[in-house]
Amino acid sequence: MSTVAALNKASPLDALQRWLPKLVLAPSMLIVLVGFYGYIFWTLLISFTNSSFMPSYKWVGLTQYAKLMENDRWWVASKNLAVFGGLFIGISLLVGVLLAILLDQRIRREGFIRTVYLYPMALSMIVTGTAWKWLLNPGLGLDKMLRDWGWEGFRMDWLVDPDRVVYCLVIAAVWQASGFVMALFLAGLRGVDQSIIRAAQVDGASLPTIYLRIVLPSLRPVFFSALMILAHIAIKSFDLVAAMTAGGPGYSSDLPAMFMYSFTFSRGQMGMGSASAILMLGAILSILVPYLYSELRNKRHD
Amino acid sequence: MNAINRLAAVVALASLLPLSALAEGPGTVEVTHWWTSGGEKAAVDTLKKQIEADGFIWKDNAVAGGGGAAAMTVLKSRAVAGNPPAAAQVKGPDIQDWGSLGLLTELDDVSKANNWDGLLPKKVAEIMKYDGHYVAVPVNIHRVNWLWINPQVFEKAGASVPTTLDELFVAADKLKAAGFIPLAHGGQPWQDSTVFEDLVLSILGPKGYHAAFVDLDEATLTGAQMIEVFKTLQRLGTYMDPNRAGRDWNIAAAEVINGKAGMQIMGDWAKSEWTAAKKVAGKDYTCVPFPGTQGSFAYNIDSLVMFKLKDANDIKAQNDLAKVALEPKFQTVFNQNKGSLPVRQDMDMSQFDACTQKSAADFKEAEKGDGLQPSMAHNMATTLAVQGAIFDVVTNFLNDPKADPAKAVKQLNSAIKSAK
Repeated sequence: MSTVAALNKASPLDALQRWLPKLVLAPSMLIVLVGFYGYIFWTLLISFTNSSFMPSYKWVGLTQYAKLMENDRWWVASKNLAVFGGLFIGISLLVGVLLAILLDQRIRREGFIRTVYLYPMALSMIVTGTAWKWLLNPGLGLDKMLRDWGWEGFRMDWLVDPDRVVYCLVIAAVWQASGFVMALFLAGLRGVDQSIIRAAQVDGASLPTIYLRIVLPSLRPVFFSALMILAHIAIKSFDLVAAMTAGGPGYSSDLPAMFMYSFTFSRGQMGMGSASAILMLGAILSILVPYLYSELRNKRHD
Repeated sequence: MNAINRLAAVVALASLLPLSALAEGPGTVEVTHWWTSGGEKAAVDTLKKQIEADGFIWKDNAVAGGGGAAAMTVLKSRAVAGNPPAAAQVKGPDIQDWGSLGLLTELDDVSKANNWDGLLPKKVAEIMKYDGHYVAVPVNIHRVNWLWINPQVFEKAGASVPTTLDELFVAADKLKAAGFIPLAHGGQPWQDSTVFEDLVLSILGPKGYHAAFVDLDEATLTGAQMIEVFKTLQRLGTYMDPNRAGRDWNIAAAEVINGKAGMQIMGDWAKSEWTAAKKVAGKDYTCVPFPGTQGSFAYNIDSLVMFKLKDANDIKAQNDLAKVALEPKFQTVFNQNKGSLPVRQDMDMSQFDACTQKSAADFKEAEKGDGLQPSMAHNMATTLAVQGAIFDVVTNFLNDPKADPAKAVKQLNSAIKSAK
């Protein structure tokens, strides 16, 4: 009798045990399915309709995409993202690695210097954008200061030059993110076994050779993490552009995210805005899918 | 267990409380708007006080940012969710869009009881009606084609107030020679297009303006006169501060007020900056119609659209808002703060300054002929999509000193076609 009672008592608990993880995960799963994948699908649907001011479901096929391809502003925005993303990721990595290596030389006051370089990351992009807008404004900032100091010929007007304004965005973004890259690499450098470096020194390798051929190649995982984080920052840098240039002069510093926002929400061209969002998603997937594929495959081999 | 049950009961009761309070108490009127600057806020407060004095609850839903774009996003999502506010700041052709969605309420009782047809200019009344019924209440009329002048700066430079485009360039040259910024301007798309629209009104005249921006007539948009407009715009650009990118209009206005710049092309809301700086119209500053647009009036009318509501008390509050918004008291305070013209035609204009009085006289004059035209740059003439297309071409043109006017005209036409 007692065993039956024990079984009866245990079985609902067991069932609960089996169902509990699923129950607990269900709400978040539902939110992700509806709020994320559901709305991606909805955006895809809208991009094939003539939705203007409000969503409508009149099917127009690929017309919105064709319009987008003819739109000069879309191409300016896409080109800007390529230039901005490439330069921002490249320069941030380079500056970050250099700073990390210099800090790695067991210098005095390292903690203080590290904080100084890391601090910009604590600011939001809106603050960074606004501060650099003032600094780089030819009538107010660095340009005026240097000329007031007597360097009459100095002219730094990139912020108001449609051809160069995108480099101003790069400057501000690099200033913000390179300290973070430095911190990542510094942590990695501290993890490198000192005996390897000593062995290399005994073999007569110079310091640059040790870093270039031994230490940095061993930091491959750090490099990839930094790359992924920087790529995210580059793609979501909507707020930096909004605060610093608002897409101007003209629309020369527009990014696809700004384009999407303005067409979908303020211009009443929801169909075209959705088409641009889907193209952005496509661009991200084309980078993400091969990366995920290689990651997952490697894991299986291990 | 008992404690939890009791807690649950308390929570359930507490969540019911605000609902029951709403159903029984006085009507609430919720207004979505973006009148958030100092003067505008003061103006909205007079409206709020009047509504509260009439025994209703005012629920403010001010959404700042993006020249109303942020407020529109909020409004759209609420309307789609079936929970619109009682009233929202929506203007021009957008009123028709909202009307066609079947979301707006017809204000027949209030408009008849207060004789709106008699009070409002015919053109204004047309904009406020959907399908023959009033669905919105206008609060003011802005004039866009103004030129603001600092007479002290003009005197120092030996320049005289321009009445034609040629005289404008003569004055600008004199200001430049005397070391002033001739034309204060902020490099934002809507400001660039405000200048562009004034030039179209000046060079093509009100009829050509209508053909270009309301009818979107291809022959007018690609004509020789339009090339002339772009050429003049390019020339005007050389008199603007090269560091203007992204500057707000009120910063540009401050340059004229402080005597760093000579003039500014801007709508009559610029006056609120002069008033805030304790300057007197006609003495410390001069307002003239943009050269070549005398007798024309490019209007920008702010209005509140009224949404369909369910609660009978809330509908009463909504009707009260519609009535109060057109009463002389609110019209006076609101328009004195905004720098605009009251929509009622029976107002005592002596309480307003010289610029608004001139504006009122010009409005009456322009109303008789073709002179009264909707502003393109302020979303009165065409859809947001077409307006955006024009903005893109104009702002890109003005920011590229080497741009070709003939090519810009072609770009303008094809951009408008694809946005239509």
